[in-house]
Amino acid sequence: MGAALEIRNLHVTVEDKPILRGVNLTVKQGEVHALMGPNGSGKSTLANVLLGNPAYQVTAGQIIFDGQDLMELEADERSRAGLFLAFQYPVSIPGVTLANFLRLAINARMKAADPTSKGISVSDFRKLMRAKMDSLNMDHSFAGRYLNEGFSGGEKKRAEILQMAVLNPKITILDETDSGLDIDALRVVSEGVANLRGPDLGVLVITHYQRILNYIKPDYVHIMYQGRIVESGGADMALRLEETGYDWVREKFGEEQA
Amino acid sequence: MTVAVRRRSATPEAPIYTPADIEALSAANHEPEWLRESRHVAWELYEMLPMPGRTDEEWRRTDYRSIRWDEAPIVTGSNVSLDVVPRETLEPLIGDQQAGTLVFVDGQVVHYEVTDTLRQQGVVFTDLVTACRDYPELVRARLMTQAVKPSDGKFAALHAALWTHGVFLYVPRGKMVELPLHVVMYHTQPGATLGHVLVSLDEASSATILVDYLSAAGDAQSTYIGATELLVGDGANLRYVGLQDWNRATYEFSHQRARVAKDATLDWVIGTMGGKLVKSFIEVELDGFAAQGRVSGMFFADGVQMFDHDTQQNHNAPMTKSDLLFKGAAKDEARSLWQGMIKSQPKMQKIDGFQASRNLLLSPDARMDAIPGLEIEADDVRCTHAATFGTLEEAPVFYLMSRGIPRPQAELMVTEGFFEELLERIPFERVQDRLRAALEAKIVGANSLK
Ligand SMILES: Nc1ncnc2c1ncn2[C@@H]1O[C@H](COP(=O)(O)OP(=O)(O)OP(=O)(O)O)[C@@H](O)[C@H]1O
Ligand SMILES: [Mg+2]
Repeated sequence: MGAALEIRNLHVTVEDKPILRGVNLTVKQGEVHALMGPNGSGKSTLANVLLGNPAYQVTAGQIIFDGQDLMELEADERSRAGLFLAFQYPVSIPGVTLANFLRLAINARMKAADPTSKGISVSDFRKLMRAKMDSLNMDHSFAGRYLNEGFSGGEKKRAEILQMAVLNPKITILDETDSGLDIDALRVVSEGVANLRGPDLGVLVITHYQRILNYIKPDYVHIMYQGRIVESGGADMALRLEETGYDWVREKFGEEQA
Repeated sequence: MTVAVRRRSATPEAPIYTPADIEALSAANHEPEWLRESRHVAWELYEMLPMPGRTDEEWRRTDYRSIRWDEAPIVTGSNVSLDVVPRETLEPLIGDQQAGTLVFVDGQVVHYEVTDTLRQQGVVFTDLVTACRDYPELVRARLMTQAVKPSDGKFAALHAALWTHGVFLYVPRGKMVELPLHVVMYHTQPGATLGHVLVSLDEASSATILVDYLSAAGDAQSTYIGATELLVGDGANLRYVGLQDWNRATYEFSHQRARVAKDATLDWVIGTMGGKLVKSFIEVELDGFAAQGRVSGMFFADGVQMFDHDTQQNHNAPMTKSDLLFKGAAKDEARSLWQGMIKSQPKMQKIDGFQASRNLLLSPDARMDAIPGLEIEADDVRCTHAATFGTLEEAPVFYLMSRGIPRPQAELMVTEGFFEELLERIPFERVQDRLRAALEAKIVGANSLK
């Protein structure tokens, strides 16, 4: 049976300000969920909390992954357990090359699984990087560049998907990976994700637009509003939102204050 | 918070050397008469100058009075051997060959090697005592007459009077020294040494040299009073790297100055990792039309270390260009100070000066100061300065952790990443790796708060 990410009644605050106010959602391996909702509704907050970003405080609720309580795990342990987040705004890290960092990330996994592991060999790693970069139409020179330093918006998003492809997660969260991409890049990146789709990958796509969902057709679509998932439906809901916008959501669920 | 220096009343406030120390040195080294005399002339100047103190702007923020001058007798190296020097320090800098190697232990030469090519080129690379005897015509005109002068300050005068050992590199006109040169000054004994580096490149020549300053671990006080003189002739090209990693009981006071002539280029890298208190004057004089100087400094202060770097970029000719970057970190209760100045003479048009100081504060009890300055008397100039301060950011650490990298390693990567830009300016990969290891030890180590 595949692993599941279960979010139960999750409440989160930032600096004492409540952001998430009771989120319930289950994403299983093999499923694709889309998470939509107006700006500021809490989508990225949810994504960050799932990975254990210490900037956010969980005040109530549970996150269970593969039967394990994630609240007890640090970000690195969650990653090694099989969670991935492609960030909406990837930070740049001067002095740390993409290749070196990814090799260390792979080695951290291998060492956690087997403390005697020597990590991936240089030649295996090079092969892996080349193959994955080619599949994303990335110039090999990116491997030697400092992480996200001076990358264009689209290059950053591509580098996020490269990392996902290399790290091979069980559940991946894509936070607006489609924004900032030109049409060709959108196709390459979306196809890159679509190619990884299968019974072993669960996907939570956070997006404002239908276009990425044309490539990665969701099984479920959810709408987040003011820190809660207020509507869930099938793929057609995303299409409908494209036409109607969120006014009806605001009307139905009110402008109540956080 | 400064703790009053407890034993102060009992300790001398200035060095307690005498002219007899000059005589002893001169005799032991079989020095030529001109050198002995010049030492005595410098001594007279030394005696006239007051000890620098809190009323001197350059010393205002650096209190070195914890030093015990009665524990600073001049080291006379005996029973010295190459065996005590750490092996990794002696590895060739690149490939398996270098143009020359000179290793001192406690001021005595323990290893000396130069290639035949170097000799055939007419390059002089030897210890300074030997050079004074064998090449007086080359040394005399250069030793503390052009770059660092005895009149530069109390410690410069003291150095001129009592320097104990040093290296002399002279590259004749048009000669390119392809392979790097390596100098190691290693100390095992407490007490004082006064090391000198004199590099002189004639017109259109080039060289690359690394000087390593190291000492064995120890609690007994050591003192190093140094001078570095870099003379870069017309159209010459010098790459100079000086890396210091003294033990935690060492006080360093040093004057370092480069003079860069017309169309010449200087690429100077400075690394400060060790010592208890370091006060270093680093000055670049861009003397000739279109001379260029780049100065890259990196330091990491931990425990109770205090590093004070005082830099100056002097534009003495038109079309000159200077570029200075100091990057440092401080943790535990360490302190650092960088004071930088860009100066231009009047009517020096089209000069381009840049200075930046980037500071990474790794503990709330550490303190870092940066004081940039400009004194520009020309108008067709471009001079910029910047000083920034920051702590270890959580966002990049979280990013790395979110890919499975444990926190300690993630923090290390981000901190090392901060220095990477400077490490890459060191043209020897093995030395880069050595520095990375030293940084790593500082970052992860719960360092001696002694
Ligand atoms: N670190 C933070 N500090 C302060 N406020 C924050 C922080 N992170 C998020 N918030 C606030 O929480 C709310 C939800 O932000 P979040 O980024 O989760 O929204 P979002 O749904 O991803 O929006 P968008 O569609 O614009 O990306 C916003 O009001 C935001 O300002
Ligand atoms: Mg967002």
